[in-house]
Amino acid sequence: MEISKAEITSAAAVAGQAQELRGAEILVKCLQAESVKYIWGYPGGSVLHIYDALYKQDTMQHVLVRHEQAAVHAADGYARATGDVGVALVTSGPGVTNAVTGIATAYMDSIPMVIITGQVPTAAIGLDAFQECDTVGITRPIVKHNFLVKDVRHLADVMRKAFHIARSGRPGPVVVDIPKDVSFNRAAWTGYPDKVEMRSYNPVRKGHGGQIRKALQLLMAAKRPYIYTGGGVVLADATPELRELTDMLGYPCTNTLMGLGAIKGSDPKFLGMLGMHGTLEANNAMQHCDVLLAVGARFDDRVIGNPKHFAQNERKIIHIDIDPSSISKRVKVDIPIVGDVKEVLAELIAMIKESGAKPDANALGAWWETIDGWRKRDCLRYDRNNQDVIKPQYVIETLSNMTRGVDTYITSDVGQHQMWAAQFYKFDEPRRWINSGGLGTMGVGIPYAMGIKLAKPDAEVYCVTGEGSVQMCIQELSTCFQYNTPIKIMALNNRYLGMVRQWQELDYEGRYSHSYMDALPDFVKLAEAYGHVGMLIEHPRDVEPALREARKLKDRTVFMDFRTDPTENVFPMVQAGKGITEMLLGSEDL
Amino acid sequence: MKHIIAVLLENEPGALSRVVGLFSARGYNIESLNVAPTEDPSLSRMTIQTTGSDDVIEQITKHLNRLIEVVKVVDLTEGAYTERELMLVKVRAVGKEREEMKRMADIFRGRIIDVTEKSYTVELTGDQSKNDAFLEAIDRTAILETVRTGACGIGRGERILRV
Repeated sequence: MEISKAEITSAAAVAGQAQELRGAEILVKCLQAESVKYIWGYPGGSVLHIYDALYKQDTMQHVLVRHEQAAVHAADGYARATGDVGVALVTSGPGVTNAVTGIATAYMDSIPMVIITGQVPTAAIGLDAFQECDTVGITRPIVKHNFLVKDVRHLADVMRKAFHIARSGRPGPVVVDIPKDVSFNRAAWTGYPDKVEMRSYNPVRKGHGGQIRKALQLLMAAKRPYIYTGGGVVLADATPELRELTDMLGYPCTNTLMGLGAIKGSDPKFLGMLGMHGTLEANNAMQHCDVLLAVGARFDDRVIGNPKHFAQNERKIIHIDIDPSSISKRVKVDIPIVGDVKEVLAELIAMIKESGAKPDANALGAWWETIDGWRKRDCLRYDRNNQDVIKPQYVIETLSNMTRGVDTYITSDVGQHQMWAAQFYKFDEPRRWINSGGLGTMGVGIPYAMGIKLAKPDAEVYCVTGEGSVQMCIQELSTCFQYNTPIKIMALNNRYLGMVRQWQELDYEGRYSHSYMDALPDFVKLAEAYGHVGMLIEHPRDVEPALREARKLKDRTVFMDFRTDPTENVFPMVQAGKGITEMLLGSEDL
Repeated sequence: MKHIIAVLLENEPGALSRVVGLFSARGYNIESLNVAPTEDPSLSRMTIQTTGSDDVIEQITKHLNRLIEVVKVVDLTEGAYTERELMLVKVRAVGKEREEMKRMADIFRGRIIDVTEKSYTVELTGDQSKNDAFLEAIDRTAILETVRTGACGIGRGERILRV
């Protein structure tokens, strides 16, 4: 716990005695006790006391954003990249409603966060007061839990519980609603609660030994095994265990969009991302395997395609997950194992070593041959050598090659650019691919990047975005300048809401209803207006030089407007209602 | 299939909303619901009657358990249990009907708790099928008003739900 010199002096002065502190000061002390380093927020009437207390402390940096949505996104991006609990602070009423998108984004991807919201004074609650809204009611479906603190004496306890709930079990956002009078009233401060015990909340960590043993037997006897891992592995920091297991077994593996980087992108056992825009080999292996080991993934609808088609195959499924409600939700599994992914994998590895069991080498060899046959189809090929128009895939590939071995974070917005980034950037480490998978929120790109850059000033942070998405939180360019968080924004500008355009081309006979982006700003001038560097790149030959130049400008935010080919579609594609092996591979399939 | 789910939860403001919100958000059906504090004032007990396939009930149970304030969840219909519901029925009871209505109430072991020249209010306790049967048995047109609590259930014998 970091405390300033002033704190140490005053702490010594009142050592052994309870202090009487205002709610806002208690809040600050709690955050400091939780080692919070950054708070993204936006002041307002209900949080004035809290902001006053923040002014008087010096261990936590507050970042003033330009829209509450971005405050929550920035804290979310920080949490994804570091594993710490992200903290945001917004005022009541419109502050909360602006934050809702950010909170729902974090909820869908299970990101540990504590969002502190101001509220009107307790006496005014329910009377339609100025800037009042039912925060607890509005956020109830999109948080792991929320609290309304009606008495300042409960505040420290609530904060302790909030952080505990946010980071334990399946992580998630927790909202703490603090009425203005609660932040003003005094209570005794006897230190941050050192324990938190909740009889109603005790997430299971250790997996059931018998189930793990059954899983081991199934796994070792498999003829066509497949390992499918998702965001849960990243959240649990279980990458070392996962890699030890996959290296030990030599089985083919895949990641979901949220799990990219858990298996090295360059590992030959990695078949690429699976799902709606996954590779042919990854999807085929999912359909044709006989034993599937699912780790920290939830069989999302983007991954399984048509559920009836998915279930046609007689595969046995082992599912390791911390949340029982994710198991057998969409897909029936044979061996469910509830527990912390890191601990369960460690136990599984230990059991395998102890048993001395080895995989069936002949069967595995034949399976790999089948898979290599699929790989030869080169489903991600595109016209790499096109000299007339920039292919969006080329921009991502160039970036991926250029940042090989460099400490890099890639954030993304939502749409075609996001899929190409997932397909073409080789992620060799977890927590480097930062995007909104579950909710698919446009606008997260810049706030995610600026949140991460603040915490990782020496890393290179790129925001891959589209000209549509980037406009949703464009005002944060100002925040980037104020807090000196130089990020590189790569807008794949195809003048369309690309993913919508693709669906309209494939399913609506080319009726492009409101997917053309008209009246786009001159992004170069816009970037410069915010104090940054702007670049317009229109030719393929200029892509690499532009990236090189951008990288050289280490302490400037650079906005790169890449004019890309608007006719490019993301392939492979599993259309809605189709099975995962019924992929479209290119425009020739249409 | 009908299921009766008993839930022990922390007696805190908003806990009921969370459960109801869960059902509505995920599209699960609530046929009836009742809730009250237990002998431990820090705990509330809720009884929810719902219908659904086994898969849906499994999901409901898992999602209920996931709620932070929920301490324990039991599907009473999975084992031996007793179910009771309180029903108050106001019926028209004029002239010759009064004798017949009184007889019906007696047959169903109900009590008449309110009497006027034209009406009786009958109090009935039993499982839902008994209460349904009473309503079927009397003259439909005589029913002026009904209010039911919905089922509350408790396990038989050693099946005890506590913290």
